[in-house]
Amino acid sequence: MKFLKFLRLSVKVFFRGGRYFYFWIGFLTLLMIWGASGYIHQFNNGLIETNMRDSVSWGFYIGNFTFLVGVAAASVMLVIPAYLYEWKPIKEVVIFGEILAVSSVLMCLLFIAVDMGRPLRFWHMLPVLGTMNFPSSILTWDFFVLNSYLLLNFFVVTYLLYNAFLKKEYNKSIVMPLIFISIPLAVGIHTVTAFLYNGMPARHFWNSAILAPKFLTSAFCSGPAVMLILFQILRKITNFKIKDEVIWKIAELMAYAMFINLFLIGSEIFKEYYSDTEQLIYHHYLFSGIGKQKDLVVYSWSSLIFGIIAFCLFLIPKTRKNFFTLNIGAVLIYISVYIEKGIGLIIPAFTPDVLGQFYIYTPSWTEVRVAAGIFSAGFLLFTFMVKVAIAIIFEGFDIDTYEKLKSKDIFRGIKGYHKEPS
Amino acid sequence: MTKKSKFIYLTIIIFFTAAAIAGLKHKRKKILRKRSSKKSIEIPVKAPPFSEGIYPCSECHDDLEVNYKRRKLVDEHDNIVLKHDEKNRWCLDCHSAAKRNWLHLAGGKLVSFKESYKLCGQCHGPKLRDWKRGVHGKRTGYWNGKKKYLLCVHCHNPHDPKFKPLKPLPPPVRQENIK
Amino acid sequence: MTTNDKHNKTDKFKKFTRKNFLETAASAAGFMLTGCKFDSSLEELFRQKFRTLSEAEKKEIIDRLEKKYSKKYGKKFKVSRKEPIEGTLFGYALDLSRCIGCRRCVYACVKENNQSRKPQIHWIQVLQMEDEKGTDLFHSDVHYNPPKVPEEGHFYMPVACQQCRNPQCTTVCPVKATWQEPDGIVVVDYNWCIGCRNCMAACPYGARHFNWGEPHIPQDEINPNTHYLGNRPRMKGVVEKCTFCIQRVRIGKYPSCVEICPVGARKFGNLLDPESEIRYILKNKRVFVLKEELNTQPKFYYFFGI
Repeated sequence: MKFLKFLRLSVKVFFRGGRYFYFWIGFLTLLMIWGASGYIHQFNNGLIETNMRDSVSWGFYIGNFTFLVGVAAASVMLVIPAYLYEWKPIKEVVIFGEILAVSSVLMCLLFIAVDMGRPLRFWHMLPVLGTMNFPSSILTWDFFVLNSYLLLNFFVVTYLLYNAFLKKEYNKSIVMPLIFISIPLAVGIHTVTAFLYNGMPARHFWNSAILAPKFLTSAFCSGPAVMLILFQILRKITNFKIKDEVIWKIAELMAYAMFINLFLIGSEIFKEYYSDTEQLIYHHYLFSGIGKQKDLVVYSWSSLIFGIIAFCLFLIPKTRKNFFTLNIGAVLIYISVYIEKGIGLIIPAFTPDVLGQFYIYTPSWTEVRVAAGIFSAGFLLFTFMVKVAIAIIFEGFDIDTYEKLKSKDIFRGIKGYHKEPS
Repeated sequence: MTKKSKFIYLTIIIFFTAAAIAGLKHKRKKILRKRSSKKSIEIPVKAPPFSEGIYPCSECHDDLEVNYKRRKLVDEHDNIVLKHDEKNRWCLDCHSAAKRNWLHLAGGKLVSFKESYKLCGQCHGPKLRDWKRGVHGKRTGYWNGKKKYLLCVHCHNPHDPKFKPLKPLPPPVRQENIK
Repeated sequence: MTTNDKHNKTDKFKKFTRKNFLETAASAAGFMLTGCKFDSSLEELFRQKFRTLSEAEKKEIIDRLEKKYSKKYGKKFKVSRKEPIEGTLFGYALDLSRCIGCRRCVYACVKENNQSRKPQIHWIQVLQMEDEKGTDLFHSDVHYNPPKVPEEGHFYMPVACQQCRNPQCTTVCPVKATWQEPDGIVVVDYNWCIGCRNCMAACPYGARHFNWGEPHIPQDEINPNTHYLGNRPRMKGVVEKCTFCIQRVRIGKYPSCVEICPVGARKFGNLLDPESEIRYILKNKRVFVLKEELNTQPKFYYFFGI
């Protein structure tokens, strides 16, 4: 079977690597074990191991989930310019965007799973077997689109790589429609996730029509920021090739997205503060604190300031094309959106709670552990898929070399795999 | 179709689906609407709350001459401090001087202790009306059947009717301390 | 599959005497492999939603539950599944000018409805409000604890499930584990809830409570008169809420908070009966509902009886 060969090659390729690679894998595995043991603890004792309580009933898990939906969505939305404007250089990196999307969606689903009080009842959500509350519950929509998005992107990635492995031209009539579905689906996963929050009149902080557009634009900042940095790392340590222009082009697109994002944040802030209703209390808590409760102030302001600095760095061509300032900008915007879509989105919606009571939430150690475990699982999957993709696309591994590549080549890898001079 | 218009088309589809969900949400749930006009069955009343050994009043008062003078009671009933419009009223405005085991209304009509609410209702008309419908005061028993009433005086001391403060039961554990 | 088939199948399953042994073995193996303790039996794990079960299946499940609870708490348990009384729609009214904030209702509710004592769950939150701020929730306090109540300058507003006619919580539930019964009570199927807490985020009244840990109730405090959709003992990881004491009101009794209230501030009745207390209040008193602007249309009314 050719496909089996493809799988075996993938595994073999994965294990090629030097000391740093094995250190990285070991590090991720350790984190995963640490996270898993934290989760077992939570599974046995219940969510009491987290610091979520009735007043703040969602926390760190759901915040990470929301952020990662953004990353997943944005990494595919980069495909839009590639296909709409036929801009070839970006096209080559599309597959890496999709790999990032697959890993992020997997992390999203894991974050949902660990947030469930009765995880073994997950099948209640499935159609036919369980009872999906479709179409009224946005959560079922989210579950549905996230899973479709995962399957779709996973299929496209595998299909493209498998064809490259077979040295065949991929079938355009299969791939193109799928890519065209995946674009609205990428918009869809983030829009539906926004609607999940946005459709609740009980939580004024979320109940704003601007939430979905804000989700999309902030995703367009954070997703590519992750990719920019990953691309540069990959370019340094593997045979992955990407032109500087591509990176600059992505950075330019990000600058537009950041502008719209800042504009939307500004609109929201204006509306809340100028109309000054009793519901301003949530923004108040976020930006200036209430009484002694000033826990989020430092985060919200750093998020805002980092966002503005990053925007300036990306807007000015000189700093955009300087990799040092570009990377600073990417890290800043990443932190900015991680705060905005994580704790800055979830906690103020619950603090004070619907009856006006304050419960100050900070994630517990169990939550941090489990989240670290999930992130390392995602990174592990990403590493695996990226290694396979690089080997097949840039290093010319295919069905013919597979025949020659015997097990001793794997050991060659363990002894130390060096980047071939390009 | 150009690629651009395809994209726009897809966007439109997404927004229509969103609108459709919002519409479906508004589908009202049917609730059984059938009127039951069962009359509720009335009212076994708990005995009036007398202090021990105080009733019937005639036991002592039959042998005593009625003293109509407003005064501070010292020999008996000295525990009663009237705090119920005390400037304008006194014992015999409610307690009958002629028949000591009875109360009387302003017009002189006698009322038994079991029906003391009629006396209260002279001034507190709207309260009496609410009470009769079970809206003022407490009812226990069956919402669709037999109910138990309490008299006004079960909760309000007629000589000092303001409801007395209570010690509250403990507050909920702070969520920080739920471990 | 017809009901009969299903029933035969479960009968056969019952006869399989080694089932329990296998189950214990399976969960032990699961524990050794993963370190996870599995607290539900295979039957519970694969149980269908209560509403869709056949009569025979419901009866079987309830028999098993009664046995399980009786054994665990050392008392004879009754798990009712009484259906709504025709022609009822329950409504509730609370007299703010009477309530003194003594919290008798909170603990009567805990006892009647078998809420977990540790970790603590209270279905009723009594808010202490400031007179000059009115019903502004953002100036309320649930942790007040003076020697005597009511305290000068304050009034009290107990809040529990408002039993909305247009409930948000049931709309957002991804698995239809919570719904509004024909008599207007919003209930939860504890064996179908997945614990996602979407309903808690959607509830504007903080009425839904989560079993963050394994609920603990002392044996001598357990109330053995229960309803499947109401006060039967719950498990960790599921959401619970006020059901107007479904186990009481469906047999005509008043909810237990109504019975305990020392000032008679709590009123309950059938909204469809024009002679009921609740209808009298709606007609004659100044009533309001909490957060009217959200269109949840509560059947829980606050009024000023003065």
